[in-house]
Amino acid sequence: MADLPDASTSYELLARMALIRRFEEEAGRQYQRAKAGGFLHLAIGEEATIVGTTSVMREEDYLIGTYRTHGHAIARGTDPKRVMAELFGRVDGTSGGRGGSMHIFDAERRFMGGYGIVGGNLPIAAGLALSSDFKGEDAVTVCMFGDGASNAGNFGETMNLAALWSLPILFLVENNLYGMGTSVERHSAHTDLSKKAEGYGIPGRRIDGMDVTAVRESVAEGVRLAREERRPTLIEAFTYRYRGHSAADPEVYREREEVDEWRQKDPIESFARRCIDAGVLGERELQEVRDKAEATVLAAVEFAEASDEPPLDTLYENLYVLGEDEGWYAVDERSPEPHRGEHESEMPDAARELAEAGAAYAEQQDDGPRPNPATHGDAQEGTEPEVADEFKAAD
Amino acid sequence: MREALRDAMAEEMRRDEAVLVMGEDVAVFQGAFKVTEGLLDEFGERRVRDTPISENTIVGAGVGAAMGGLRPIVELMTVNFSLLALDQIINHAAAIPYMFNGQARVPMVIRMPGGGGHQLGPTHSHSFEALFLQVPGLLVACPSTPADGKALLKAAIRDDNPVIFIEHESLYGARGEVSDNSDEVLRFGEAAVRREGDDVTIVGILKMAHTAADAAQTLADKHGVEAEVIDPRTLRPLDLDTILASVRRTNRAVIVEEGWPHGGVGANLATLITEQAFDYLDAPVQRVTGADVHMPYSRRLEQAAIPHEEHVVKAALAALEGSL
Repeated sequence: MADLPDASTSYELLARMALIRRFEEEAGRQYQRAKAGGFLHLAIGEEATIVGTTSVMREEDYLIGTYRTHGHAIARGTDPKRVMAELFGRVDGTSGGRGGSMHIFDAERRFMGGYGIVGGNLPIAAGLALSSDFKGEDAVTVCMFGDGASNAGNFGETMNLAALWSLPILFLVENNLYGMGTSVERHSAHTDLSKKAEGYGIPGRRIDGMDVTAVRESVAEGVRLAREERRPTLIEAFTYRYRGHSAADPEVYREREEVDEWRQKDPIESFARRCIDAGVLGERELQEVRDKAEATVLAAVEFAEASDEPPLDTLYENLYVLGEDEGWYAVDERSPEPHRGEHESEMPDAARELAEAGAAYAEQQDDGPRPNPATHGDAQEGTEPEVADEFKAAD
Repeated sequence: MREALRDAMAEEMRRDEAVLVMGEDVAVFQGAFKVTEGLLDEFGERRVRDTPISENTIVGAGVGAAMGGLRPIVELMTVNFSLLALDQIINHAAAIPYMFNGQARVPMVIRMPGGGGHQLGPTHSHSFEALFLQVPGLLVACPSTPADGKALLKAAIRDDNPVIFIEHESLYGARGEVSDNSDEVLRFGEAAVRREGDDVTIVGILKMAHTAADAAQTLADKHGVEAEVIDPRTLRPLDLDTILASVRRTNRAVIVEEGWPHGGVGANLATLITEQAFDYLDAPVQRVTGADVHMPYSRRLEQAAIPHEEHVVKAALAALEGSL
């Protein structure tokens, strides 16, 4: 077992993990309140892998992840208020309400997203690493993805490119044992994922992703190899999500006992216990960590609630990067209005009227239990969502 | 044309250290169509990079490099192979600036040659202008002359948006005057009026810009019809104003493209013209497109599936029916 870090680092690790845990629990609650929409993928149980990784990265390093990255952004230093506001689809969200839960992004902290397509972030990570290498910079790219992504074509392609070009990159598989509802044994012919890149010249190792100190130790070494020797490596971190794949997941694919068994290895509880036993932290500090997480998350909800809906005038904003004398390029062809778009910097009246008429429909499904995307026809990620107790009566 | 495109890249690489070229066989082999000839010699392996045959990852690495501050030019060996990279092109390159609310930019050019006529059969003869035209967030260029090719490619490299740059394999040998002025770029969204006329407007892209011009000559020589020929040069942004102004004067329009008819460039443009110049039209907008089939190999069948001058002449005469 890797050594415990000093008291202030241990405190920080615990605080970050606790904050993510509390944030995710609250995100789930807000989802049930229909304050957050779409899909919601929670990382409860995976905090040690996330925080262990970011805690040994430098500010200039790039981190890129999947659709389960509220925690990654928070671990990187993004204000939880802005992540919660994004889940609420509000103007103060990390992407101003255009990305949602699956597309969190924070350029300032070099958290490079948040991607909804499994494996889609891998080639982009290689490109980010290429940009650092090309410019002669020291920055390393850490690319995190799930066990399911190790079967995507992008996985092999990117491993090959990273090794071929000696890119400063570390790949980290967050192996939570399931690609959505399909277990590793049922989705990967080779279940030792750490071996899957060896044929491309990228060595791998398996680590306990529930132990934040183990994650720190391995990631620090992987980052060092990338930074100093331009050698990409692959880490397979065993972790577990207590909640379903998304909030609309009936979890028919696993037993309750399995979840309970993993809960015994809870990354936060076990680390806290170790810190107490070693005398690095005391009960008072633990309580302080809990209280702070609680206060921060409640403030985040309050902030998100108070944040405005994005103005309709911004519907077309940032679709293109416009020059000083260029128009907005986007041409909304939904109405037989004279074509103006490419010469105007603002949304024309016809497009605004269409947007207003459409946005009025958003009011119709405010409050109350959220509609289930799976049964309402726009998604197939599960059957029945959990309905929070407070809404069961209303049903 | 191929030298004009090469010069555009070389000039921009001299101008901006952040520009790099990557793609299958672009360096040592100097490009499947020799468009990148000489670039490796001048700029070296750091900036001219051969890649494995991994289209989605090549484009994705370009997206990441662009987000990291570089200006990659990614060459896909042909338009056909862009299908393997559609996830990175649509879900990532085109969506990232918008879905991250402007926090990231994707200043990259994805070059790809396409088109039929070389007996390459169903998987090597595609025209996907319409497919890329449909995607918000992309710019789409489709030059038909060496001068436009050079000036548009330079503009594309300098642009901060992801640009789909479609070249036509049959036009690589095309000759024409090209500016030596390395500062000269062509703004996207400015159509070229190749020939003026008052009787009918013919819009053609890529190789079909030439077919349209040939048809206009035949219409003048044999039928006493003066056609106005317009080459949009870019489809996003589209210089619809120039096209509409012409149609309002000629009252007739013919659109020529090599791609499939359903949901094509012509279908889109015909709708725009109908919506916005309906009162000026004296005849339905005519479309001349490739046949609604996968490109056959047999030279006879292939030629039967591609639009030719005669088709354009017939379409123009159909639009003029009753007025001649």
